[in-house]
Amino acid sequence: MLRLTRRADPSRTLEIAAPLLAVALTLVVAALLFLALGKNPLDAFRAMFWRPVQDLYGLTELGVKVTPLILCAVGLAIGFRAAVWNIGAEGQLIVGAVAAGATALQFGEEASGPLPWVLPLVMGTLGGMAWGAIPAFLKTRFNANEILVSLMLAYVGGLTLQYMVHGPLKDPMSFGFPQSASFTEPARLPVLLETTRLHVGFALALIAAVLAWVFVTRSYQGFVFRLSGEAIEAAAYAGFSRTKVVWGSFLISGGLAGLAGAAEVAGPIGQLQPSISPGYGFAAIIVAFLGRLHPIGIVAAALLMGLFYVGGEIAQMELQLPIAITGVFQGLLLFFLLGADSFVRWRLVVAEKR
Amino acid sequence: MAALLELAGITKRYPGVVANHDVSLEVAEGEIQALLGENGAGKSTLMKIVYGLVRQDEGEIRWKGQAVTENSPVLARHRGIGMVFQHFTLFETLTVAENVALGLDPQAAGPDLPARIRDLATRYGLAVDPMAPVWSLSVGERQRVEIVRCLLQSPRLLIMDEPTSVLTPQEADGLFATLRRLASEGCAVLYISHKLEEIRSLCHAATVLRGGKVVARCDPTRETARSLAALMIGKAPPELAHRPSRSDGPVVLKVRDLSLRPSDPHGTNLRRIGFEIHAGEIVGVAGVAGNGQRELLRALSGEDPRAPQAAIELAGQPVGDLNPRRRRDLGLSFVPEERLGRGAAPKLSLALNALLTGNRHKLTRAGLIDAKAIDRRAAEIIRHFGVRAAGTHAEAASLSGGNLQKFIVGRELYEDPKLLIAAHPTWGVDVGAATMIREEMLALRDRGGAVLLFSEELEELFLLADRIAVMFHGMLSPPTPIRELTPESVGLLMGGAGFDEGDAGRAQAH
Repeated sequence: MLRLTRRADPSRTLEIAAPLLAVALTLVVAALLFLALGKNPLDAFRAMFWRPVQDLYGLTELGVKVTPLILCAVGLAIGFRAAVWNIGAEGQLIVGAVAAGATALQFGEEASGPLPWVLPLVMGTLGGMAWGAIPAFLKTRFNANEILVSLMLAYVGGLTLQYMVHGPLKDPMSFGFPQSASFTEPARLPVLLETTRLHVGFALALIAAVLAWVFVTRSYQGFVFRLSGEAIEAAAYAGFSRTKVVWGSFLISGGLAGLAGAAEVAGPIGQLQPSISPGYGFAAIIVAFLGRLHPIGIVAAALLMGLFYVGGEIAQMELQLPIAITGVFQGLLLFFLLGADSFVRWRLVVAEKR
Repeated sequence: MAALLELAGITKRYPGVVANHDVSLEVAEGEIQALLGENGAGKSTLMKIVYGLVRQDEGEIRWKGQAVTENSPVLARHRGIGMVFQHFTLFETLTVAENVALGLDPQAAGPDLPARIRDLATRYGLAVDPMAPVWSLSVGERQRVEIVRCLLQSPRLLIMDEPTSVLTPQEADGLFATLRRLASEGCAVLYISHKLEEIRSLCHAATVLRGGKVVARCDPTRETARSLAALMIGKAPPELAHRPSRSDGPVVLKVRDLSLRPSDPHGTNLRRIGFEIHAGEIVGVAGVAGNGQRELLRALSGEDPRAPQAAIELAGQPVGDLNPRRRRDLGLSFVPEERLGRGAAPKLSLALNALLTGNRHKLTRAGLIDAKAIDRRAAEIIRHFGVRAAGTHAEAASLSGGNLQKFIVGRELYEDPKLLIAAHPTWGVDVGAATMIREEMLALRDRGGAVLLFSEELEELFLLADRIAVMFHGMLSPPTPIRELTPESVGLLMGGAGFDEGDAGRAQAH
């Protein structure tokens, strides 16, 4: 009989090495997959992981992709450390995008100053917070499971966007296409580098990561969040309110996801469309855990995950691989990460029968 | 007499710790043998091995001279071994007879079972009504049900795991009479305890475990409590004598007519509790576990802030509905009954655990943790209280129970509280640490602080307290100076004598 027993003293080195091991195993399995599809694994890897980072343009595209991932993941990680399980960043991102889009559409070509692009970002953040407030309220008031509520609200968020682009925010000049008018130039996010799509959102994402790092490692409130997640009785004994931690987690993670959505529509997309996110909010969950819930680790993990997105598109174009390859990579990575983590903490033993 | 049970060279290892190391012992028929040792000495593990719950890594069990190869609780019961656990395994919604039937072979649990239970109960002086639902029984009665359940199988060996920790002194005397009766009929008893006086009066032989090894075998009737303690901890225990309070200061804590429904469905209603504590005194609260102590402690600490504001006054301020931090700001400190997980966060460093209840104005700056300040604070607590730890960065979970308790008590005393509430502060703590914790509480009192001490050990209460109150069914008797009390009179109160249940009123101590 096989049995898992807890290791008395899990190795710190292995805990940090587990994500690297997971990446390595993902690549091995992916190589086998490419072989089975009749592609040369080396060609595929080159297309996926080398081509995107070969030139400045590729790098800036990577920056565009990691922006929403970092924003969502650092917010989620703050909640996850407090054992508040917000699985619905995707919905908060979409609602943030809708709020930002509705705001951006109010500005004409003649608008000037930073307000036309700052206000949509602010409104997007507030929109994400509002969407995150629903599971927070239901959790603290009725003890509703936040995993289920936040996940299901992600689909409600998606449908809200559908409704908006088919109805109130539909462009009358769109010839029936379900999309909003393009945002005017003043309402678009400034780019950081001319001729690329790398926008201010990327800088905001890095700032968010640094602030989150200070919050979780240095601040008193970060300590309270961690305590509430790790030892809820001790937190109650010390007089820290769990309700505040649940609200704080959802407002922070919801707000950052909303900001990510706002930056997507006001940045690279430039209008509201039926689909504005290839699942950034869900991928951010993997990014958060791959980065060990640590803001700096999350930036590294987001770069890898962003590479899957950019590389997946290139592999699709050049090697005629299905775009589902990105999802397969994400799934493999999560699977191996969870597996590696389990074996760091648990040991497989062949047990004699009791 | 031939040995009934023989253990030879039993060793059991868990990851990171050897629970039993080469333990051998013999129990003869009709013998009451004590297994004596501090918490974590390996007593319970050893008994679980005998009862078949845990399998030893090395060594042999022999039953009536035969080596035991296969073991499990079912096989152990068939051999004639019964075990009464510290934590009971009864179903609250079933009757006594139904609970007993669940533990028997189906053919043994016939319709005559209630009559057989009554017979046994009268024979051994175990007052138990077979038709009573278990939820209506006191802890002492529940224990008697567990014992009856064992006795129905006519055991040859009865294992009792710390049985008196949940009993009043009178109930404990009743239990001892039962055990002596059983022994006179040839049944052997293995009696696990760390209470020295009861071992001296009850047991014929004692095996002392320390750190998983047998360190001594003795005849407890020829030892003193001090010499037994010395065997148990390996050195002579420091002595502490009762010192009466010197001063009677202003009222620090005033509780008035506090009634509260429990937030947990199995909790106890608090009923019209009222008392006062003055600066410079220690008030002890005795009582059998489960009589509302948990609920009262939570209402006083602020973890349960549902009390009416005026029902609790701290240093003259109504605080009934304030959270624990606001109460701390007014000079309250609290040592909770659970150390790991409540008094300290297991995975956090001692430095961060010092921050847990430490004054945040001194330990943080502009919302950021002052890493140097919490480190210094933790180091001072460690040094002053002789906490054995790898350093201020050691995780709380890496400390032994006694050391962690010293750290928590040190942290709670650090800011010189006006009132310290301590729940079982020496429970499961080694004798040396217990003495130190008691000394510190006396020192706080002598500096003019007040202490409210909840304890299940009467010896501790009589040693430290200036006045003692008793909790029973959610009520509290008026605190009475200890010179007007005896352990017997407190024991009677613990059993409910003198409490007027009818109008949920206050008890009369005399």
